[in-house]
Amino acid sequence: MSEILLQIDGKEVSAKEGMTLLEAARGAGISIPTLCHHEKLEPYGGCRLCIVEVEDRGRTKFVVSCVYPAEGNLVVRTRSEKIDRIRKTLLELFLAHAPDAFELQDLAKEYGADKNRFEKESSFCIHCGLCVRYCAEVKQKFAVGFVSRGTKKEISFIPEIAAKECWDCKECFPLCPTEALQAAFVLTQALSPSLMAESKK
Amino acid sequence: MSRINSPAELEAFRKGILSKRDPNKPCITLCSGSACHATGSGEVALSLEAELEKQGLSEQVEIRKTGCHGYCERGPITIIRPEDISYFQVQPEDVPEIISETVKGKKVIDRLLYTDPETKENIVQESEIPFYKHQERLVFGSNGSIDPKSIDDYLAIGGYSALQKALYDMTPEGVVAEVKKSNLRGRGGGGFPTGRKWEGSRNDPDPIKYVIVNADEGDPGAYMDRSLLEGNPHSVLEGLTLGAYAIGSHEGYIYVRQEYPLAVENVLLAIKTAEEYGFLGKNILGSGFDFKVIVHQGAGAFVCGESTALMTALEGRVGEPRPKYIRSNIKGLWEKPSVLNNVETWANVPLIINKGADWFTQYGTEGSKGTKIFSLVGKIVNTGLVEVPMGMPLRDIIFKIGGGIPGGKAFKAVQTGGPSGGCIPEELLDLQVGFDELAQAGSMMGSGGMIVMDEDTCMVDVARYFIAFLTDESCGKCAPCREGLRQMLKILTRITEGKGKEEDITTLKDLAETAKEAALCALGKTAPNPFLSTLRFFEDEYEAHIKDKRCPALSCKALIAYHIDPAKCKACMICARKCPADAIDGGKNKIHMIDQDKCTKCGTCYEVCPPRFGAVQKISGEPLPDPIPEEERIIRKKKKK
Repeated sequence: MSEILLQIDGKEVSAKEGMTLLEAARGAGISIPTLCHHEKLEPYGGCRLCIVEVEDRGRTKFVVSCVYPAEGNLVVRTRSEKIDRIRKTLLELFLAHAPDAFELQDLAKEYGADKNRFEKESSFCIHCGLCVRYCAEVKQKFAVGFVSRGTKKEISFIPEIAAKECWDCKECFPLCPTEALQAAFVLTQALSPSLMAESKK
Repeated sequence: MSRINSPAELEAFRKGILSKRDPNKPCITLCSGSACHATGSGEVALSLEAELEKQGLSEQVEIRKTGCHGYCERGPITIIRPEDISYFQVQPEDVPEIISETVKGKKVIDRLLYTDPETKENIVQESEIPFYKHQERLVFGSNGSIDPKSIDDYLAIGGYSALQKALYDMTPEGVVAEVKKSNLRGRGGGGFPTGRKWEGSRNDPDPIKYVIVNADEGDPGAYMDRSLLEGNPHSVLEGLTLGAYAIGSHEGYIYVRQEYPLAVENVLLAIKTAEEYGFLGKNILGSGFDFKVIVHQGAGAFVCGESTALMTALEGRVGEPRPKYIRSNIKGLWEKPSVLNNVETWANVPLIINKGADWFTQYGTEGSKGTKIFSLVGKIVNTGLVEVPMGMPLRDIIFKIGGGIPGGKAFKAVQTGGPSGGCIPEELLDLQVGFDELAQAGSMMGSGGMIVMDEDTCMVDVARYFIAFLTDESCGKCAPCREGLRQMLKILTRITEGKGKEEDITTLKDLAETAKEAALCALGKTAPNPFLSTLRFFEDEYEAHIKDKRCPALSCKALIAYHIDPAKCKACMICARKCPADAIDGGKNKIHMIDQDKCTKCGTCYEVCPPRFGAVQKISGEPLPDPIPEEERIIRKKKKK
């Protein structure tokens, strides 16, 4: 593996080929916020919070660091007025779904995000996909998945699989950045048709 | 049919087809594209067949069901050859007369001709009609003269000669070089240089490569790819095969919407016959080059028109864009170099190879070469598909070809580039159409949608409409698109309902910036365009909605009211009878009044009030006039003197 030299926030950083910008930065002790990233999982690029500014051969562009490959001679800025503004807006969008999530609140403080900026739709889920991907990639059980598309997309346990696999595992619960109980609720809902009927009333 | 195994055999076969065709034999061509089908061309075809049979002319007269001619406003279109007499809006009852008068008697039926709205003269030939006269139909022109189900028709107009030329007289690198030299840019949206895309794949060492046709056309009001695939599928197949040869691919895919049944049918048939003739499959035309094509029907997701989402869907997974920053021409379908081009782009390729890059570059502007097919729809006299050289001013497309705005209304804006394109106002109408020119005006070429809007269109509502479309079609994977659009739609809806707040514009701008910079794919990145471009040119309309609670176009229901002017009302009862909500109070000789509590603002009274009275008015942003006293509502006829 060949060594790559790049600059992040004015600091010379060395990275290995195949690394992402996020890995390179974190390796050098530079923190970039993420919500959908997990070391054990394939990069997903869903939350876009890890957006950074990259200067490549004189051209500046915005990329998400969890997916963008570390390349030699890149100049990377992890904070700027615009990056902070985008992160703030993203956090405010997430807070409309999960206004009381601790992780979001901490980030909101740092970026000055207002949890009341957008009309609330307390679904708790911010579609980071951690539970879905962990179950598929690490556990290979596919007990939880996304259903529907776009703004109607939500997580759902597959009752047939969940009934067999989930009670003894629950490894996805602590991964949830907004509310572990949310996963528990969706799971229970999937497994008890009577409860499901009740909750739909 | 035995396979054609060499250029000599192909030429002999082509000559054979041409020698059997008598150019003087009467031929009735009938547009059988989807639009004409909707206006009844299927029934016309049946009556043509029956009538020819009845008059004993089945043998002497040929009927050719062609693809779309483009002038969909006037369909079904029938052309009688060899005289090229063009009849529009032909109905089954016109058929006996067409056959006895025109086909047999060589007489023109005036009432079926096109009448020039200005000179009031009848025009016999299609090419002389203003709609066609200003077009340059390089790609689309053959649609009207060939039967898409007949490979012989395509061969008769020189089909597959570009393929023969490439396979026998050109190296793959030579084909790439010619396309590069032509400066052909992708017709599907981004306008990426096609030759450069091909070159990247060509140079990749991976032995397995793919070529793909993007026929997932999904923009509201756009149907040029559909019409090309329905009307001239072999031109797309030939282009695709040329691309495969150029980059060294042996397998191609056509990703076509399942909602385009005729396109699917015609392209499947075209593949089958091309295989039989030896234009596809093993050892094409005896050259040793192998190439097969597979048709994949999309399941109805707009986002699958995005290249990486399309490839993910082809692989059998959920059609969501890929997060990776690697070009598809290097790592695309199944991680192999893949060239994805749009239907129209592929259809341009045989022309470039046949006639050369120098011929192609004589059309168009510095940055945009060739022609472009636009789907001209909305508030326009001549709805249809038009193909014009790049660089034609928008004004000429809309007024010379499109015939302007119907009903004496004023032009307001033209929306180009599909839902994530932008609105171009009157003051920029002299803009020359081209990739870069449209982008500079805050819009884009997209795949060529062109929706014309008149003075009655509210630009805030237009933004709301397109954002609603995109919200519906977002795949939901990344937050700036899924969440950002959801909130943008809420805010825009609120503004059109008169509940806009001072800070809304800033919030919308923040959401737009977030989507533009941070969204995963092109759909998300361009999704704020409907808002941004309407804000750029029509900010006053946003302000009127937010600050004055007024809709200047008198279109947003929540912000308008209908009112009957007592001075103009003749108490004729027409509106009162037509009102579906029973909201109009009045009677014979009693001036009508609208009960605002009952009114649903459907606009019926406004439409039915005789223009010579013009008593019903739409008002916005001002209080309703006080009702007149009850006793003054009685109209006394004797006062007439």
